[in-house]
Order: sequence, then structure tokens, then C-alpha cells
Amino acid sequence: MDIDKKITDDLVANDISFVTTVPCKQLAGVIEEIDNRDDIFHIPSNKEDEGMGLCAGAWMGGKRPAIIMQNTAIGVTINTLATLIQYYRMPLPMLISYRGELREPVACQVEMAIHTKALLAQMNIPTYHFHQQKDVEELDMILKYTFMCNKPVAILTDANFWGGYGDQ
Amino acid sequence: MIRSEILKEIAPILRDQLVVCNIGIPSQELHAIDDQPTNFYMLGTMGLASSIGLGLALAQDKTVISIDGDGSVLTNLCTLPTIANNVADNFILMIIDNGSYGSTGDQPTYTGKKTSLAGMARAAGCDNVVEVMDVDTGPALEKAIAERKMTVMVVKCDSGNAKMPVITMDPVVIKDRFMKAVSA
Repeated sequence: MDIDKKITDDLVANDISFVTTVPCKQLAGVIEEIDNRDDIFHIPSNKEDEGMGLCAGAWMGGKRPAIIMQNTAIGVTINTLATLIQYYRMPLPMLISYRGELREPVACQVEMAIHTKALLAQMNIPTYHFHQQKDVEELDMILKYTFMCNKPVAILTDANFWGGYGDQ
Repeated sequence: MIRSEILKEIAPILRDQLVVCNIGIPSQELHAIDDQPTNFYMLGTMGLASSIGLGLALAQDKTVISIDGDGSVLTNLCTLPTIANNVADNFILMIIDNGSYGSTGDQPTYTGKKTSLAGMARAAGCDNVVEVMDVDTGPALEKAIAERKMTVMVVKCDSGNAKMPVITMDPVVIKDRFMKAVSA
């Protein structure tokens, strides 16, 4: 299965046409796939809170947005999630590269990984963790759920899901 | 002129446009001067008025004016390259540059010293950057709207705030009526 294509197909099938990204090596393939699709406007962000601002604007302008980023971004975006996305009640699927999990080669990445789920739980953000490739089958339902409840929703995707990082 | 005097003067121009207004006293002032469903008031999230405005402009065709401040742009400087490289000709970023953090007690920002936001916007790649004095804001804004060309306006004015009430409208109400105005 081509995960990058499957994820992008699910975004398009759910009418998501405005995607902002801050890159991660694990996300390189899906970002490239999104960039190549005519039915998605891809706008790279320099910082994830900026990206969430872009998504909030796009949503109010009538487009369904999504953000693609690393889990380190949770540390950057807590205020934006609380005072913009959640306070104004906006939907935002967050496809998150879950660095610092099994098969991670860079020790420092573990330092944010151990806080990631706790922070998301503290924020009452519905959180899904893709560890096996077949977990991607739930993405379509998660996207529908996100736009049903108008909340930010986190999809954590770890190195095992992407087929390894350190052993690439 | 201070910001509230500029807002009073340009309120008739803003009334017909989609406006994303910066956190704190700027939103309180605009809300008190001329509350409109076409105004999106930021109640939190310092720095993102330009990003929200750009996202909105890219998503639909109506003109969008983000009213930002020097302190807020400084806290989200990475917005300038994103604006420069994703041109939306229906987007105007109007930075009211009074050289101070107005909502927190008028502490000075660096734009009152050596830093030029117009220079930074140009260096970021923004093609159409205009620097205007407070008294010239109205005509400059009308020109930017008429040109239908993405514009970054840096409006130099005096530091100071008008005493206005806090916005008590629920954020979901602000969003809902704004989205209805966007799609109307």
C-alpha cells in the first residue's frame, strides 16, 4: 500500500482542499504527494501556530483545512489550539509525525514524545495513534469525525507506521 | 493620531470589507467604534491576525483586511515570507505601527527604534509595501482596495489607547456571524 497516496486520497475524498505543512523527514512523501495534487492548495508554513492561523482563515472562507506537522509542534501551538481553534470551535485535522517513538534514532526527539499524549489529553484533543500500516484505514473515519464535531483532532503517526526512520 | 482615531476615520471604508482585527485593544476599539458582522475579532492568540487574514483571502474572493500591530507582527515575523510567496490580490495587511505594545501598557517595541517593518516585508519578498503616516491612512487604504493587488501597509502613528469596553460576545457567535457574512 502506498501510504502517502492513501492519506492524500482520504483528504481529497473528505473535501479537504487547504493544507499547510511544516516538514518532517517521515512526512516528506505525503507532503510531496499533496504538493502534486491539483485539488489541494498546499501552503507551507514557517511555524505551526502560523499554520493554524492560516487554517482558521481558510475554514472561515469556506475551505476545509488540515495541518501536517511534527509532534514537537504541540509545544509551539498550545496557546493557538486553546484560544483560536478550540475557543472559536473550529475543526482541524492534525496529521502529526510522532517522533521519539519506537525505531527513533535521535535521542532528543524522545523528550517531546514523552509529553505528547499527556499534552493532547490535557487539552481534551481527541487523539489517534497510527503504529501499524493498517491503522491508516481509520483515517477516513477520523476526518469525518473531525468535521462532525468541529474540534482539533490529532493523528499521531510513528516511525513504525511509516516503515522505520532510523533503519531507513 | 493614535490608533483609535485612525480606526474612527477609516470605519466607513472598513464597513464594506471583511476585517480580521488584532487581539486586545485594537479589537475593542473597532468593536466599540463600528461593530459589524464582517469584523472578526481576535480575543486571543497574539500574532495571528495576518495568518488568519491570508488564509481567508486565499480561500475566497472578497477583499480581506487584516488590522495588525507592530508588536503582533514582530511576534509572528515568519508570516511575511508566507504572505510574499502566496500572493492573494484580495489581501491587505494593514499594520498600525505605533512603536509600542498598546494592550499591555505601551511598552516600546523595536519598530520605534532601529527596526523597519516595511523593510522587513520587502526583504521577505512582499512586492507592494507602502509606508504611510496616520493622517493618510484613509486614502491609502481606499487605493489598496481599489487596486486589488496584495498590499502590506505600514501606518506610522502615535502610541496610545482609547478606553473601550472588553468584548463580551461569545467567540462562537463572532465566528458564526462572520462566516455568514463571508458567504453572503
